[in-house]
Amino acid sequence: MRSDRSFLDVFEQLDWETTKQSIYGKTEADVRRALSNPVRTLEDFKALISPAAAPFLEEMAQKSHELTLQRFGKTINMYIPLYLSNECQNICTYCGFSLDVDIARKTLSDAEIHAEARIVKEKGYDHLLLVTGEANKTVGLPYFRNAIRLLKPYFSQLSMEVQPLDEAEYKTLVDDGLYAVLVYQETYHKADYKLHHPKGKKSNFNYRLDTPDRLGRAGVHKIGLGVLFGLEDWRTDTFFCAAHLDYLEKTYWKTKYAVSFPRLRPCAGGVELKSVMTDRDLVQLICAYRLFNQEVELSMSTRESAVFRDHVIQLGITSISAESKTDPGGYASPNENLEQFEIDDTRSTEDFTEVIRSKGYEPVFKDWDWALTHHAE
Amino acid sequence: MSLQLGDKTFTSRLFTGTGKFSANEVMEQALLASGSELITVALKRVRHTLDDDILRHVQHPHQHLLPNTSGARTAKEAVFAAQLSREAFQTNWLKLEIHPDPKYLMPDPIETLLAAEELVKEGFIVLPYIHADPVLCKRLEDVGVAAVMPLGAAIGSNQGLQTKAFLRMIIEQSSVPVVVDAGIGAPSHAAEAMEMGADAVLVNTAIAVSGDPVGMARAFKMAVEAGRLAYESTLAAPQTSAIASSPLTGFLNEI
Repeated sequence: MRSDRSFLDVFEQLDWETTKQSIYGKTEADVRRALSNPVRTLEDFKALISPAAAPFLEEMAQKSHELTLQRFGKTINMYIPLYLSNECQNICTYCGFSLDVDIARKTLSDAEIHAEARIVKEKGYDHLLLVTGEANKTVGLPYFRNAIRLLKPYFSQLSMEVQPLDEAEYKTLVDDGLYAVLVYQETYHKADYKLHHPKGKKSNFNYRLDTPDRLGRAGVHKIGLGVLFGLEDWRTDTFFCAAHLDYLEKTYWKTKYAVSFPRLRPCAGGVELKSVMTDRDLVQLICAYRLFNQEVELSMSTRESAVFRDHVIQLGITSISAESKTDPGGYASPNENLEQFEIDDTRSTEDFTEVIRSKGYEPVFKDWDWALTHHAE
Repeated sequence: MSLQLGDKTFTSRLFTGTGKFSANEVMEQALLASGSELITVALKRVRHTLDDDILRHVQHPHQHLLPNTSGARTAKEAVFAAQLSREAFQTNWLKLEIHPDPKYLMPDPIETLLAAEELVKEGFIVLPYIHADPVLCKRLEDVGVAAVMPLGAAIGSNQGLQTKAFLRMIIEQSSVPVVVDAGIGAPSHAAEAMEMGADAVLVNTAIAVSGDPVGMARAFKMAVEAGRLAYESTLAAPQTSAIASSPLTGFLNEI
């Protein structure tokens, strides 16, 4: 792989307004062409996320269902987040962990990490997503290394959704056994990004945008991308995310990719939404991603409602969480005052996996093995 | 009719897999209906105990497990996974899969050859998943693999024998059994591979994702048997037109 490339080079060739006009200018004929193409391009993706594709939603859903079934089979991968800390030095206008939000701050101790691990393991989980805010002094590389060391004996796969790190730091964590890193750009609209991230290391748009490149070079097994829906026009933002995915796949061809669809949820200090994404929009987007890319993992959290989640598992979603707590220590001792956002679907793992089975899918808890990452010793 | 492979003799030439099924109970019934005696299981999908959810459903006396290294990107990772799988499954049989490209799951020929050589030395019965590359097959044979498993098309693609011309060369030249793996999407594809002289086929997605996995497993069983019987019975050569006259050699009758 070439180390001198970066998505920034691609990004600088793309103009927000031109892209937006192009998406909104797509016609029924463009959509029909996109639907019938055997291999779909980024231009086809634009058509599929455009308003012109709305009347084709059922057809898109059926195609998405078939493509997903062929690639992933009748299975849904299960994961659960583990919030390690809500300390944060950033101001993000939409986030419950933002520095300026007056909530109690907590970072889990070794004993608390063990306690949480035992509880989620008991629920059957084997794939864990570690989540933190950004507090580099207390929750930086040494903290993450320690957490991985503590959690390895419990789980088969450890992933992270934490602050962006340097390439060498990622390399260290990958050698320690880290499987995947999720890093959402939130919005690809540079000016709006600045507006929503006025303070802290996160305000550096380019450093964040360059993160997946650092991850690719560090050899992480999977990179997760996403846009936070509500900050900007979802169609345009999504196109940039798909272009990012397209670039990464071609550059770091040994890496797997995942896309998530977080819609803003009510939280402490919440911002007013600039763009509302309806359930219908989100279904269109999930199907558009699957039609664009048969292999990408499409992931869904408990931010969404039970009824919505029950239906999208047949539409293209391949990885899903359940029973999540967004407050550090929340599995052992729930404390709403510490949480990042309120989840919507609060059903137990048992109840939710029963729904998955009733739809004809096997919930898969283990799909990775330390043998495949523990080769260094 | 039976197939000798490694230290085992197989009556069924249909090998199967455990991925993509809607439930383990469905998988168990489908695999029983297939008559398959060699079943591949991804190490990454199972807990390392014989009472694992998947493993509990593939322990019938005629069934042998073929652990695979799916997820490995390098020879080093595959060798490590193989060693662990030998302990966990108590078998030295191994389907060697190294596909670093998560998009089309194309096997890496260089890493596969390196890993195969090492694993054969360590006493494994190695069945490598590879592209339909005749030279690579001979190289793998040289390092001592028990069989070669060239692809018909990309894993899970159900596109049939896209590599037919190269599969023919491999079958013609091979001194070890040839198992056509990946891409077989319909019983007719399986029959075609068997008619060509493949020693066995491996089918997973086409059974698991079908509307009725048990029915489809039976259909594949019959197709594999029919294809093999046709091969053993020697197919009549196809003719495009009747041979009426001999414009170039007819003169020989006249002199």
